[in-house]
Amino acid sequence: MDGRTITRADLSESVFQEVGLSRNESSDLVETILSEVVEALARGESVKISSFGSFTVRDKGQRVGRNPKTGQEVPILPRRVLVFRASNVLKSLINGAPGENKG
Amino acid sequence: MTKSELIARLAARNPHLYQRDVERIVATVFDEISKALATGHRVELRGFGAFSVKKRDPRTGRNPRTGEQVAVASKRVPYFKTGKDLRDRLNKEAARAAGLLPPEPGHDDKK
Repeated sequence: MDGRTITRADLSESVFQEVGLSRNESSDLVETILSEVVEALARGESVKISSFGSFTVRDKGQRVGRNPKTGQEVPILPRRVLVFRASNVLKSLINGAPGENKG
Repeated sequence: MTKSELIARLAARNPHLYQRDVERIVATVFDEISKALATGHRVELRGFGAFSVKKRDPRTGRNPRTGEQVAVASKRVPYFKTGKDLRDRLNKEAARAAGLLPPEPGHDDKK
């Protein structure tokens, strides 16, 4: 879509501006937040951030896939996938209706 | 884990910070991601994943109860794609926890 790509550096900069810690510490904190979320997901927990959304780990069973190029059947092993569900707040924010009801 | 649990963990790891600052830091991070998406930007966090916004065309939907046709306006929906490192991490941990690394067909699983 249009617009640029936001990265860790932008998030650190916002924390720096907002809270007034050093740049270094701000970026460490952003990193710690992400790694806490990753750790929780790796333990199989879901992560629910109110007014943002939730991350849920889902187990997928084994199924037969196909190599689209060769048509050859290959088993797809059971695996875990991560599903993100945006909160209603985030959904309505993205649709330009800030301050919609329901979290 | 909820947002308040995340804040508590972060506070425990950073005893020199005030609780209210930790709260603001966590809020800032998620607010920035939300704001970026609302502006049509993409948010890419290597090793974690990428948030983007996808456009859905207007369509004619149906009320599943009455079968009545309703016009559904075009809308934008947030989308998250899991990063490679995180995806690998989830699966490695899962396999270890369940004691089932790539299962051999016909092999009885152990309790």
